Amino acid sequence: MDLSNFFSIMRGEIVLAAIILILLLAEIATKDKEKVIHLAIGLFLVHTVLGFFGVGEGVLFGGMFKTSSLVNMFKNILNVGVMIVLFQSAEWVKSKLKKNERVTEFYILLFSSLLGMYYMISAGDFLMFYIGIEMASLPVAGLAAFDLYQKRSAEAALKYIFLAAITSGISLLGISFLYSASGTIFFDELKPFMTNDSLITLGFLFFLVGLLFKISIVPFHLWTADVYEGAPIGVTSYLSVISKGASAFILVIILFTMARPIMELWREVIYMLSILTMFIGNIFALRQKNMKRFLAFSSIAQAGFIILGMLSGSQLGMSAVVFFLATYIFSNLGAFGVVYAIANQTGKEEMDDYNGFYRTNPLLSVLMMLALFSLAGIPPVAGFFGKFFLFMSAASVGYYWLIFFAVINVTISLYYYLLVVRAMFVRKNDNPIPAFKSDLYMKIGLILPAVGILLLGLYSPVYEHINELVGMFLK
Amino acid sequence: MDWSYTIWIPLLPLIGFLIIGFVGRKLPYPVPGLIGTTGIFGALVLSYITAYRYFFVANTAGSFEPIKGVEMLWMTFSDKLHFNMGVLLDPISVMMLVVVTTVSFLVHLYSIGYMKGDPGFGRFFTFLSLFTFSMLGLVVATNLFQIYFFWELVGVSSYLLIGFYYEKPSAILASKKAFIVTRFADFFFLIGILVISYYTGTFDFLTLNGMSESTLASVGSASFMGMSVLALGLTLAFIGGAGKSAMFPLHIWLPDAMEGPTPVSALIHAATMVVAGVFLVARLFPMYYHVDGGSVLHIIAFVGATSSLIAAIIATTQMDIKRVLAFSTMSQIGYMMLALGVSGYEGHHGLGYTASMFHLFTHAFFKSLLFLGAGSIIHAVHSNYMTKMGGLRKYMPITHITFLLAALAIAGIPPFAGFFSKDAILDAAYMHNKIYFWIGWFVAGLTAFYMFRLYFRIFWYEDREYHHTPHESPLTMTLPLMILAVLSVVAGFVFFYFLPFGTYITPTGEEFHMHIDYFLAGISVLVGIVGIVIAWIMYFKKNDKAEKVAKAFGAFYKWTYNKFYIDEIYMFVTKKIMFGIISAGWMWFDTYIVDGSMNLIGNTTVKTSHALKKIQSGKLQDYVYGVVLGVVALAVIFIYIWTR
Repeated sequence: MDLSNFFSIMRGEIVLAAIILILLLAEIATKDKEKVIHLAIGLFLVHTVLGFFGVGEGVLFGGMFKTSSLVNMFKNILNVGVMIVLFQSAEWVKSKLKKNERVTEFYILLFSSLLGMYYMISAGDFLMFYIGIEMASLPVAGLAAFDLYQKRSAEAALKYIFLAAITSGISLLGISFLYSASGTIFFDELKPFMTNDSLITLGFLFFLVGLLFKISIVPFHLWTADVYEGAPIGVTSYLSVISKGASAFILVIILFTMARPIMELWREVIYMLSILTMFIGNIFALRQKNMKRFLAFSSIAQAGFIILGMLSGSQLGMSAVVFFLATYIFSNLGAFGVVYAIANQTGKEEMDDYNGFYRTNPLLSVLMMLALFSLAGIPPVAGFFGKFFLFMSAASVGYYWLIFFAVINVTISLYYYLLVVRAMFVRKNDNPIPAFKSDLYMKIGLILPAVGILLLGLYSPVYEHINELVGMFLK
Repeated sequence: MDWSYTIWIPLLPLIGFLIIGFVGRKLPYPVPGLIGTTGIFGALVLSYITAYRYFFVANTAGSFEPIKGVEMLWMTFSDKLHFNMGVLLDPISVMMLVVVTTVSFLVHLYSIGYMKGDPGFGRFFTFLSLFTFSMLGLVVATNLFQIYFFWELVGVSSYLLIGFYYEKPSAILASKKAFIVTRFADFFFLIGILVISYYTGTFDFLTLNGMSESTLASVGSASFMGMSVLALGLTLAFIGGAGKSAMFPLHIWLPDAMEGPTPVSALIHAATMVVAGVFLVARLFPMYYHVDGGSVLHIIAFVGATSSLIAAIIATTQMDIKRVLAFSTMSQIGYMMLALGVSGYEGHHGLGYTASMFHLFTHAFFKSLLFLGAGSIIHAVHSNYMTKMGGLRKYMPITHITFLLAALAIAGIPPFAGFFSKDAILDAAYMHNKIYFWIGWFVAGLTAFYMFRLYFRIFWYEDREYHHTPHESPLTMTLPLMILAVLSVVAGFVFFYFLPFGTYITPTGEEFHMHIDYFLAGISVLVGIVGIVIAWIMYFKKNDKAEKVAKAFGAFYKWTYNKFYIDEIYMFVTKKIMFGIISAGWMWFDTYIVDGSMNLIGNTTVKTSHALKKIQSGKLQDYVYGVVLGVVALAVIFIYIWTR
């Protein structure tokens, strides 16, 4: 193996691992933990920026690890998402300091999980994939329990780790079936074996469960609301956006490459699950009063839309999914950011607390409205194009009934997103949340999603770039 | 010729919107209003220049080629599909530019007076400019994508304007209703666009309309539920249009939308946004005509005729003057749809199309005049109900005269504007199908009746004592009334005799000669006069004839007064069926099947679960069961059912 090649292709992973090590040392070396926060954010910012320049692509370890420009670009999207999470969570992490709780671990766990996702989406075989997915999910349990003295935080962690263990067990069983039927765990070598054979089908379905769990597709969504509600908000937004995004991305890659020969099968699976997920997510979101639970269920419904785009099995569909994921990351982080800022300052999380919010905090309300409109798919913001492309790709293979159901769901979701908008702008409140100022990090963390929502909506080269990379990838 | 300046027509209101929105909201009265009005005035001047150049300089009569003034590539979707934004100039879009900018300018001017003293003055003009921008972007759209984009923006700004008085719960409810009903229809439009553009491989209007019958038949050869896919796509697009244009049964939002400020009703719910559906059908008319031998047009004609009849009947019983006008709008738009539905394509057969656009044109003026007049009256009397009015002619002479002129115009009395356009529609209906003609004829009578019922009830009927003596509105309000009144009088015969619509606006771009069929015109004027006379007998002087008639009609009157209980039917469907039966069924399923099976499995491990419950919430095992059941279900479905 050529060493320089190695450093070029795995540069992102190496830099991230180095950052983790530096933070470990910093934890030992300094007593002033506030510096660690700045250090972690600063280093990650450098890493994010570096990611945009000259990361190589190719294959390592005999095909276990492979990247392409599409994968590298998606890593950059994940980086930007994590960057926003870091900015938004800085204020909360600082409040930990005052209570003499530990803070460095937050960053170490977060970065380790992200590193796991890198490996997961660059996997060329099931071994690397499995290591990646486990590495991505184990630290999340630690993160979910990060509010040490809160019972519900511990509860969230326990629920997450249990269910993650069960589903990855099922997934592993599926992988072993696939191996026993084919004798290989490499994606490329497996491809010719993918037929309607019962063992292969069963193995593949079992394997899918691990990913469907992460994307919170019905019926593997049950953990979502409890964990999202219990975990610290930064972790929730990480779970709902980064973790879901990465898992959806690798799912679409596997479906479109390795599993292409059995497209007829997985289309049926995805079709059914997509309808189920959209309806159940939306019906439950309708009655939520807690903002975190509300966003949790709305993100389940969004997951239904994400997999809807995978049905076409074409370049159109894959570009649509990747683009939608990018828009979804910004929109959801925008919404979560506002919830986060409010919870930090006042501890309020109920929808009724938002009544009259516009009077006191106009900018935050406008951002929230932008994010919710984007989630609901109203032009000209990013989410509209995301949904438009998804529907377009589904229409291209004639799934009109599915689009019809999706459209009904968009209408339902519009209704409850408007509920929040109405609470902020229209409802009266005798003592609304008072005007407050956030720190600089939070401000950046709120501006970035807003810029992203508008940019992806109005600046077309982003989509064209994605489309081009997807075209290269599928060739 | 250079047409690139036309991009500024939509951009000027946009700039106005941005200025007022960012810096102008806190400025003192009337600065935000002046900024907005200046922006729209610029657009107005440019539109008039464009109309002059397009109709009289660039083209000679009878051969109007569509011109793309501006065209920008915005996004490439695949090799064949591009998202473009641009300005398409053809007879109907240029006409719409004139209509939209004229009415919008007058409404802006009027609003400076009407909204004086409102704390949301700046906000009002922000939204109004946003709306005007969106509407102009819609009418100049070069392709389906652009029209959809602005279509949604129009919906959003209309939502904001209807809910303008957000302290009133009814306004909030109305805005939500309007938004959700029209959005629901829009989604059909979206699916329609996806279907059409997928099979034809283009969004572009000129390419779509340029396709011959055989090309369309071959690209749309696939069928879905017994229709060719293109016919399906066009029907779905029409459903979107029907939602925006308040066609039966998607009209339920329009009467409630009257909760918005009255100038908004005049602009959006009389002259511009509500005719977007008509405009959409006209925009794709060659395609509607050629796909499946025009089968979709039959649906359009039927929906148009039904809506115009139902709305006219309801309008005769309403007591809220703005609701009368709302139903009247719905009825008149039904006329326009009917005309499009019965239209042929070439030569004189295209009369329906021309008549529809003609009526859209004249209706925009007299209906916005009626709304602005109603606004002036409400401003003076502080009530929407005609029972609170009477004898107002003494106090408000200008409003009185202009209202009368508009009422004569809509009643189809020559030589006022409505006569010519309505006669053209009835003429076209007569050529196509006699039943549609007689429906239209009957509606004409009803229109004259409810309009003069309104007029007599407001301005004559009885001399009553007013709490505050009503007074005439200020000049910024009466000036637009007078301008619109002039237009309502002359727009008909000027565009019939001197600049005939048949020369300028036809489906093919080739001129034909419009003429009056004196028999048809005679009987429709006659029925209009009969309507007016009945209204005169019942409402000129205070009497109890109206109550007697209502009593004689008994149940039918009540039924009509309650708008045929269509809202109640919707409520029944959504509340009882959707939320009641479906979610009750879901709850039952949830409680007995899901929980039941959980419990069954749970009982066998009751001790472990009990132990776990003490440490944990006790729900985790249920989740695990859920996951396992899900896996089993997937496996069963796809291994044993699907693969066999």
